[in-house]
Amino acid sequence: MGAKNRISLGVLVGGLVLLPLFMRNPYYIGVMVFIGLYSLITIGLSLLMGYAGQISLGHAAFFATGAYTSGILTTKAGFAPVPAFFTAILLTACVAFLIGIPTLRLKGHYLAMATLGFGQIVYIILNASVEFTGGPSGFGEIPRIQLGSILIESQISRYCLVWSLVILVLIFSLNLINSRVGRALRSIHGSELAANAMGVNTSKHKIQVFVLSAIYASMAGSLYAHFVTFISPSSFDLKFSILVVTMVVVGGMSSVWGALVGTFLLGLLPELLRNFRDYDILVYGFVLLLIMVFTPEGLIGLIDRLKGAQEKRSLKAQAKLS
Amino acid sequence: MESILEVRNLVKRFGGLVAVSDVSFRVQRGQIKAIIGPNGAGKTTIFNLITGVDSPTAGEIRFKNSEINGLKPHEIAAKGISRTFQNVQLFDNMTVLENVMVGRHPRTVSGLLSSALRLPRTKSEERAIHTAAMERLNFVGLDSSSQDLAVNLPFGQQRLLELARALATDPELLLLDEPAAGLNSFEAGLLADLILKIREHGTTILLVEHDMELVMDISDEIVVLNYGKKIAEGTPVEVQNDQQVINAYLGEGP
Ligand SMILES: Nc1ncnc2c1ncn2[C@@H]1O[C@H](COP(=O)(O)OP(=O)(O)O)[C@@H](O)[C@H]1O
Ligand SMILES: [Mg+2]
Repeated sequence: MGAKNRISLGVLVGGLVLLPLFMRNPYYIGVMVFIGLYSLITIGLSLLMGYAGQISLGHAAFFATGAYTSGILTTKAGFAPVPAFFTAILLTACVAFLIGIPTLRLKGHYLAMATLGFGQIVYIILNASVEFTGGPSGFGEIPRIQLGSILIESQISRYCLVWSLVILVLIFSLNLINSRVGRALRSIHGSELAANAMGVNTSKHKIQVFVLSAIYASMAGSLYAHFVTFISPSSFDLKFSILVVTMVVVGGMSSVWGALVGTFLLGLLPELLRNFRDYDILVYGFVLLLIMVFTPEGLIGLIDRLKGAQEKRSLKAQAKLS
Repeated sequence: MESILEVRNLVKRFGGLVAVSDVSFRVQRGQIKAIIGPNGAGKTTIFNLITGVDSPTAGEIRFKNSEINGLKPHEIAAKGISRTFQNVQLFDNMTVLENVMVGRHPRTVSGLLSSALRLPRTKSEERAIHTAAMERLNFVGLDSSSQDLAVNLPFGQQRLLELARALATDPELLLLDEPAAGLNSFEAGLLADLILKIREHGTTILLVEHDMELVMDISDEIVVLNYGKKIAEGTPVEVQNDQQVINAYLGEGP
């Protein structure tokens, strides 16, 4: 995984363990729970965008597939939350595979278009099929998750569950990046022509990453359903799909760490700007614009550049001393 | 001698332009064969047809006695044909070592799940990939730059890196598209030695090159193209004395 990733991971885990000790207000723990849910989705998206070079504008739909599958199975089919969670993953993976197969075989950004369309279709279905989904008003009474003797009900138990999953997903993804498959993906980004000539089946790997990113979104969706216990279509609209893409772009697509940075920033922004609630989309747009103008590689790129400048300064200082 | 590659009546049209026009030739196993011809003669296009980047308008390409036209580039690479590019195509976003590690792709198997879970067999395969890649880097003399970003290498070394990466796929047939372009005469000499060594290891080589000294020095046979047509084929001596070749290269002026 590399020393740098191990250190970053250590810092993250340390911070996550310490945070609840200092931040007792359950409201803020709740904010962190949501940032965790978003992180599951953005880590997958950053693999798709930064490594496979593709964009999805329909991840709200995979988030929805997870949430609704878990919600419906546990309220109407007598499933326990954990088996429902895995069933949702399976279903989402199949759906993503069916969308990815025709679009990712082609060169270019057909995936963006296909997922945009798919997102809208799912949104319409959620609103229209009233007896299954409750239509526009949604449905509630989704049971909470029971893990052994622990009922996931308090903010802090949600916090522990979602961030444990984020860490697992993060380790899984970092391992992937630094492996045969990860190198193949990165090589596609470097030169698709040469990647093919080195035996890399580019469309196969792109489809795999797309399916993986959909699975991550499904996991987030299932947890979301059991956490809030009530779901309705308005949480799964195009705005959501664009928000998660924006988080990845703002943080920087060149690494999964960028996705986390962007998710934290845009996840906290509404809290910082509570007085401007009606203008949130405007603020997001403005942030995106600033990032694109001043640091197109995202905040991670900015951090790298600052570090580079600092190293240069300290080298200069050393040179002066000697 | 068995022929490893056979090209029969190959035609490639781009719209109205006939880039390759009814070209046939064979490459014997263990040979160094060169394709020469003026710019735009269709040499790179032939490489693209052999490696599946473009599909032929007509004709047949046989590798080890089975037809390979219609196969995808990655399938052809797996069958044992590798190549370098006239315009260097490195993975700029990756290190020198990682570039060569990608070359091991068709000879390794770890999938997404076993990679992400770091299963023991994946770990040992990963070590084997590392060792094999370092061997290839050693072979071309780039082992000391293994941790540099590929994009930061000087141009001559980028060409060598492409060569190491292609060798990492364990090719039976290696296609080199103008490997000496942009090299000084010292570097070109080193390259010639490397190509001869690669052949000694049993790899067959098909070479496109403008550096005539290099071509005449190391090739067993030469195919000469002009405007997409084969105008001559033979040993370096035969080709050098061919009237059509002399005309094509010197022009038909007075
Ligand atoms: N993808 C393409 N589309 C259209 N024309 C092409 C394409 N590739 C090559 N050509 C044309 O085919 C001819 C042969 O090109 P090429 O094979 O690159 O020549 P060489 O490698 O011998 O210099 C040239 O006239 C070139 O412009
Ligand atoms: Mg050429």
